[in-house]
Amino acid sequence: MRLTFEKRKSVSKKAILLVPVFSFIVSLLLTGILLLIFGTNPLRTFAGMFRGAFGSWINFTETLVKAIPLMLTGLGVTIAFRLRFWNIGAEGQLTFGGVAATWVALFWSPFLPPWLLLPMVILIGSIAGALWAGIPALLKTGLSVDETLVTLMLNYVAILFAEGLYYGAWRDPQGYGFPGTKLFPEAAWLPRFSGRAHAGLFIAIVLGLILWIVLNRSKWGFELNMIGKNQRAARCLGVDVKKNIVLALLLSGALSGLAGACEVTAISHRLQQGLSIGYGYTAIIVAWLSQLNPIAALFVAVLMAGLLVGGDQVQMMMGLPAAMGLVLQGMILFPMLAGSLFTEYRIKRISE
Amino acid sequence: MISLITSILAITLKAGTSLVYATIGEIYTERSGILNLGLEGMMLMGAVSSFAVAYHTGSLLLAVLTAMMVGMLLAAVHAFLSITMRANQVVSGLSITLFGTGFASFLGQRLGPESNSFYLTGMNAVKFTAKRIPGLADLPVAGSMFNQDILTYIVFLLIPLAWIYMYKTKYGLNLRAVGENPQTADAMGIPVAKIRYLYTIVGGMLVGLGGAHLSLAYTPGWTENITGGRGWIVIALVIFSMWNPSRAILGAILFGGINAVQFRLQASGTNISASYLNMAPYIATILVLVLVTVWESHNRKVGPPAALGTSYMREDK
Amino acid sequence: MEPEKKPILEMRGITKRFPGVVANDHVDLELFPGEVLALLGENGAGKSSLMNVLAGLYRPDEGEIFIRGEKVHIESPRDAMNLGIGMIHQNFMLVDTMTVAENIILGLKETLPIPDMRRIAARIREISQHYKLKVDPNAYIWQLSVGEQQRVEILKQIYRGAEILILDEPTAVLTPQESEELNHILKQMTSEGHSAIFITHKMEEVIEFSDWVRVLKSGKLVTVKRTADTDPQELARLMVGREILFRLDKAPARPEETVLELRGVQAVDEKGLPALKGIDLQVRKGEIVGIAGVAGNGQRELTEVITGLHRVTDGQILINGREMTNRSPLSIIKSGVSHIPSDRIAMGVVGDMSVAHNLVMKGYRQPPIFRRGLLNRRRIVDFAGRMIEMFRISTPTTATHVKFLSGGNIQKTILAREIDSCGGVLVAAYPSRGLDVGATEAVRKEMIRQRDNGNGVLLVSEDLEELLTVTDTIAVMFEGRVMGVLPSENANVELIGLMMAGVPKEKAENEYYGSKHATDI
Repeated sequence: MRLTFEKRKSVSKKAILLVPVFSFIVSLLLTGILLLIFGTNPLRTFAGMFRGAFGSWINFTETLVKAIPLMLTGLGVTIAFRLRFWNIGAEGQLTFGGVAATWVALFWSPFLPPWLLLPMVILIGSIAGALWAGIPALLKTGLSVDETLVTLMLNYVAILFAEGLYYGAWRDPQGYGFPGTKLFPEAAWLPRFSGRAHAGLFIAIVLGLILWIVLNRSKWGFELNMIGKNQRAARCLGVDVKKNIVLALLLSGALSGLAGACEVTAISHRLQQGLSIGYGYTAIIVAWLSQLNPIAALFVAVLMAGLLVGGDQVQMMMGLPAAMGLVLQGMILFPMLAGSLFTEYRIKRISE
Repeated sequence: MISLITSILAITLKAGTSLVYATIGEIYTERSGILNLGLEGMMLMGAVSSFAVAYHTGSLLLAVLTAMMVGMLLAAVHAFLSITMRANQVVSGLSITLFGTGFASFLGQRLGPESNSFYLTGMNAVKFTAKRIPGLADLPVAGSMFNQDILTYIVFLLIPLAWIYMYKTKYGLNLRAVGENPQTADAMGIPVAKIRYLYTIVGGMLVGLGGAHLSLAYTPGWTENITGGRGWIVIALVIFSMWNPSRAILGAILFGGINAVQFRLQASGTNISASYLNMAPYIATILVLVLVTVWESHNRKVGPPAALGTSYMREDK
Repeated sequence: MEPEKKPILEMRGITKRFPGVVANDHVDLELFPGEVLALLGENGAGKSSLMNVLAGLYRPDEGEIFIRGEKVHIESPRDAMNLGIGMIHQNFMLVDTMTVAENIILGLKETLPIPDMRRIAARIREISQHYKLKVDPNAYIWQLSVGEQQRVEILKQIYRGAEILILDEPTAVLTPQESEELNHILKQMTSEGHSAIFITHKMEEVIEFSDWVRVLKSGKLVTVKRTADTDPQELARLMVGREILFRLDKAPARPEETVLELRGVQAVDEKGLPALKGIDLQVRKGEIVGIAGVAGNGQRELTEVITGLHRVTDGQILINGREMTNRSPLSIIKSGVSHIPSDRIAMGVVGDMSVAHNLVMKGYRQPPIFRRGLLNRRRIVDFAGRMIEMFRISTPTTATHVKFLSGGNIQKTILAREIDSCGGVLVAAYPSRGLDVGATEAVRKEMIRQRDNGNGVLLVSEDLEELLTVTDTIAVMFEGRVMGVLPSENANVELIGLMMAGVPKEKAENEYYGSKHATDI
């Protein structure tokens, strides 16, 4: 008897819903096994992680703090991936957005009325992120240069650029023992509403909803869909593929830049090391796990943030390495990737 | 002046060794049609695992074998997802990188001595040292080639062998056919899936080995981010060498050279901040990519294997 | 009376199922040495499936295969090769970036680890001379013409010791003269003991090429006949089950003003080589102009320059009298041009989107579908419902992704969308390729209907019968030039064949009429 894959007659809706759930469970199992190997009780670990992330209100706000940039970068990556444009540069777009936001916050304040400062900070931060994504977009549409590596390399460039600034030209001589720029004037602080959770949450949710409407109901979303699923046909049918790719990527980068601007204005109030803890890469997991659905991405972002925060908590409590959360995160896509086959194929037994 | 060039060349070769291993490995993988973006994670895992083994057992041989096995294992996961489960190869490779990066971090924090709460960072282990070849090592510029560690010497052999295998043997012919036109290869009786698995895993082995060279020879020890993005640069080097193993050395020299010049500039204390200098390899990669892409578009015969990144199943109707 | 011969190949009760369809339903087949067997049937009748089973690409669900009287199991292409079965597919199984010799030895078990390419090239030259298959072993496949590539395929099978050759629609890519050459090659091979099966849906080919014919219909074997005992009409009837019309009812054309005009149009292909070398062409309102020619002589570039998908390096394109050279695809669409592309899956539909969405891919930019910034879902579904009914598209629901539809229904979807949005010019490239007789008939009737509705139609086809019956005028293309234009009514097929092979019209006429004149004397 042999097993083989047989193509289904239509996409299985059941599989689309079950596969992400199933992947999460499998990755929990795999991580549990790993924990056992290293001599830790997995159930206690997971319980500790859950408590650490969602067990109390203050813990939940900390989870939200990490969820907000994940939501925004997740949305950004979602747009790009919808076009099958592999934007792995969310990290750099976020960072560059943070740098530009810092620039405005620190150096434009003499020229702007206080009420205008924060909006400008956010705006310029987003535009900077957009431009950082525009580079690979133009290289792709103009010269057919593969975007995967360009976006990646620009991550390193952006991070080093930021480093050069907060260690060098923009360094705060006072230091606070932690290398970084001066603190922003309070007019440039994004308001928090509880603990460290901040207004960025509402911006992210609203943008998520808007993005869903745009992608599923608008003319532009229809064209983006066509481009992502069959670029050649889209062109034949009159869609301006290049222009749309660039626009979508500008939007993608803007969302990540917005995340960076929020981080510097709401959390650290300055540009310093540790601006991003890999949000741009986790965003890829968020986007893929939510199957490129903007609304789902908002929830998945909270889930991923919970893993990170919970991971931090158990690290302190149970002496586990800080990278615990990262390992769990890394594992989660494997079953997801394996499982996506079942949306289009089913297993068939062939008797010999 | 000559001694400056010689010393830069020496550092270049040393820096380039890990790149050559990984580049040749990925060339073979991509020639079979599989795109493996997990290299950064695989090199990190290769580095940490080989260092841990070297630290605990004192055997360089075991350390190198470990790195190769780790590379093969991670590549096997990618192969399984990409080939059998027909997953999106870009995302699959990225997830290997995410997992490998996190897990390498985890191991680096878990496999050290009890005395320093399990951290490998800052520990010393056996390492590969340069072995002079008497006589040849005294030559003016070329002498730097003959004063390297054994892994670099192996690379000198690996490059021509890899080229002969690919272009002069029937196995190389089959491999190239699978990457260009899997339907045809299948119809000619070539086992497409097996070949893809084989070369993805073999490629992974070489990538792991490249990681080992970093922690055992180039910058002996373990630190987070010891690879510094090399895994990604290798992807560009594969394109730069046009999927031809004999050209792998060119890219390695280019980037090894950039590394070497960076070292030199920093050592001599220039005004340029370290951060901006460090950008050089990444910006260079982008430029290389752009130039190669533009050149390839004018030259019909060179280009990636036509089926790179696609999945193949026979009864596809 | 012939002596009793034993069959070299027997297939008994072969059954092959796919989700939703039975491709082969207990089919039997016998092949004798030195014979050419034709497998005739419409598209979807099961001919390719059956041969893919024989070639080891499909595993049958039921049935047995016997080679020289012994039962065999063919589980992979390699098994088929070891049994002396060689298949030449419609899409050639050749690696473009490798040489002829490399392609021929690919996957051959007996090859040494480091093959001696010189000896192999010598053997290839030997075989090619013997069978008159002219080919250079060291040429790269991408340098060869389609006819030459087919010769490489045949050489490949002979080199590997194939005694049974399977050819899948071999003449689809050949000129009439090249088809004749192929016929000679096959006759020579069969006289030396090889056997051949060839798959076709063209009755005339069956008569010309084969000794026996088996007709398949809807997966079942319906007839086995000696070719000498039958004729095209009977075969057609058996293939389809009803009388098919060889002539379509067509009112005479009443062309009016020119809607599409090309003046001296030049273009280059991706390699930078000239693809169009000065095309002059006119299509008038109420007229169907056909483009004849073997694929690869510039037809693709022709349709693409008209629809704005390819750059024009010199010359002009006028649509409804307005200059539209090198304008964007969108502006050309807005000026009234509809396009049925040659590669329907790659260019004509977005497979992962629903039938409804694909149907509105022309109409989504305006009301009533697009209103107040958003696309109106109900209007989309209504529109789709109407199109599905009007064009009889068979689909489970309007939300089904197009990629799950059969080829014929995908084409109907494209037709529906393009015809509904047509504003004067319809460019159709190989519209009936790969469709069964019913769908083909529907497509051809639709072309004529559009012409009668006052549109100008440009029809590119490799099917001479289609061109002769559907079009009003035929222009023959060869290597980027129009060799000649003639009215379709009572057009001379041999003349067209000569033009397809590169002989300009006047010269062809002289040759043809001149020689006729000579024999009359």
